[in-house]
Amino acid sequence: MLTYIVRRILYSIPVLFFSTFLSFIFVAYAGNPLAQLRSNPRFSQQTVDNMTHQLHLDLPVVQRYFLWLQDVFTHKLGNSLYTGQALWPQITRTMGHTAQFIIISEVLALILGVSIGIYSAIRQYSVFDYLFTSISFLGFAMPTFWLALLLQITFTDIFLHYNVRIFYTSGLNSLPGGPAWSWDRMQHLALPIATLCIISFALYSRYMRASMLDVINSDYVRTARAKGVSEWRVIMRHVFRNALIPITTVAALNFGALLGGAIVTETVFSLDGIGFFFIQSLQTLDLYAVMAYLLITAIAVVVFNLIADIAYGFLDPRIRYD
Amino acid sequence: MTEASRPPQGPLAPSDDSLFPSAQGLEGENIAPNSVVGAVDDTHAAGLELKVRSQWSYARMRFFRHRLALIGLFGLVVIFGAGIFAGLISPYSYSEIDLNHIIQGPSLAHYFGTDALGRDQFTRVIWGIRTSMEVGVFVAVVSTFVGLVIGAVAGYYGGWLDNLLMRATDLVLTLPLLAILLTATALLGQGNQWRVSLILVFFFWTGIARVVRGIFLSLREKEYVEAAKASGAGDARLMFRHILPNTLGPIVVNATLAVGTAILVEAALSFLNFGIKPPTPSLGVLVSDAQANPNTPTGGIAWWLTIFPGLTIVVIVLCVNFVGDGLRDALDPTQRRMRA
Repeated sequence: MLTYIVRRILYSIPVLFFSTFLSFIFVAYAGNPLAQLRSNPRFSQQTVDNMTHQLHLDLPVVQRYFLWLQDVFTHKLGNSLYTGQALWPQITRTMGHTAQFIIISEVLALILGVSIGIYSAIRQYSVFDYLFTSISFLGFAMPTFWLALLLQITFTDIFLHYNVRIFYTSGLNSLPGGPAWSWDRMQHLALPIATLCIISFALYSRYMRASMLDVINSDYVRTARAKGVSEWRVIMRHVFRNALIPITTVAALNFGALLGGAIVTETVFSLDGIGFFFIQSLQTLDLYAVMAYLLITAIAVVVFNLIADIAYGFLDPRIRYD
Repeated sequence: MTEASRPPQGPLAPSDDSLFPSAQGLEGENIAPNSVVGAVDDTHAAGLELKVRSQWSYARMRFFRHRLALIGLFGLVVIFGAGIFAGLISPYSYSEIDLNHIIQGPSLAHYFGTDALGRDQFTRVIWGIRTSMEVGVFVAVVSTFVGLVIGAVAGYYGGWLDNLLMRATDLVLTLPLLAILLTATALLGQGNQWRVSLILVFFFWTGIARVVRGIFLSLREKEYVEAAKASGAGDARLMFRHILPNTLGPIVVNATLAVGTAILVEAALSFLNFGIKPPTPSLGVLVSDAQANPNTPTGGIAWWLTIFPGLTIVVIVLCVNFVGDGLRDALDPTQRRMRA
């Protein structure tokens, strides 16, 4: 088991190396962050040249990649090429905001998705089943940004017409720098949480239903019923616990998609999260900031996949790692 | 843990298990008359004549019995038809500015209202369908073709190409897809719809390649392939005549679903201003445009500018997914008999 984990971690290092290398080249060739300065008459060409030299923009891309790599380890991801500010505090701040609403929405989506998936499977082909099957089909077909806009328009409209503020439609707090856990913050985060929650819910309820149906039709469940175990016990002890196993993997693999959803959701609701930070950095071609985002999310995805595999091994004794 | 034990990702992943038919199921297809034998018995018992039907006609019948799939197909024909004949159907020109009628709600003159420049939103949505449809179909067709060839060769020969393929997919899987696509379009593809499509192809082919590789990997060991090899069939004949037909079901289903996914991803990219750029009206561009002028002169929200293009995306993707589901049920070789 331990050797398996170590091997997986060792294996992910070259993968991370290559994926960051490729993205570095992509972004580096996308454009020069100082191009605007060059056309700005308030900066002399000499100043811009000096800055270019200082930021290593005049070096070959491969060399710049290794200089960046050096910055990652010695300067905590380095400084923004655009503003010159240290990236680490910005990353941790935005990451904290993103984590807050992603975790809440995931927990909600898992609880809702699992319980509704179970009930749909038990009452297969009932009105309830059809209703939630339709909802999850809608969830799969719905662009995240449009769902976010739909919620935003609805609640802005309620505010404009009735002057009632149920949920805020942009920002994190009414006053900048408000407390992270407060009623005000929750009023701001409710709609982003709902957006991501609905999208993930569609996935989880569908998976849970399919996985429950798989198990319900297996031989040992028939045996359990035949020997007179009560239906509740059959469902909760024999079916539910086994049906939960695939969901762990689904939830972990959904993490990457969730970060993508966070980019869109944070842009719509102007949240100071890491996805919004990424979009803004990409617009200004701030290479180091973009790379910081990609590196952090890539590591997160790798870690989550690893956790999923390990959890799978613990939950399902048939899986053996060698 | 092996790749096979992981649930696949994708819009309709839950039922994707049946997408990768078990080896038994695939093997079964090559001893096709099995079920027909059963049917012969049944019909003889009933004293009826038996019509000989091919696998494909059975599949077609199953598909046409799938009510949702038919609804989806009908929806797609209507919507894509509107896109193809956009020039004939649209009541106005998509760039026609009418400053006397800016930001008006839906009415009989303008079914979906007008935008900040007085352009007819209905017309713009129809042209947007055309763009989104072109992107979706192009990405699905090209990435399926590329994925098919690479997956087949990797699965059949194994070796370094197989390794390269699996590593390439790993690379794509380490980063959030939307983030890589945004980065890629920042460099290569902003503005032009074909460039955006090509970038999508670059990240979409790995999915189908993995599926094809998996099937090839399990089938190349089968007895019938060995028998064909023994009777002197070359590699190309084995791959394309004997193994490839068994992968067609999953491929058709995957390609169909890819149309929907590509449309969704393109819309998200365009919405974030990293995809197709105005004046080309794609559905994502229209929603993005609506963000710039969300208010009517009287202070209300111009909801129609956001709602209608987005709703069109939802309906298209819903229809595509229905058709994909119908195809999955129709082409799954483990499910040969007609449903009574």
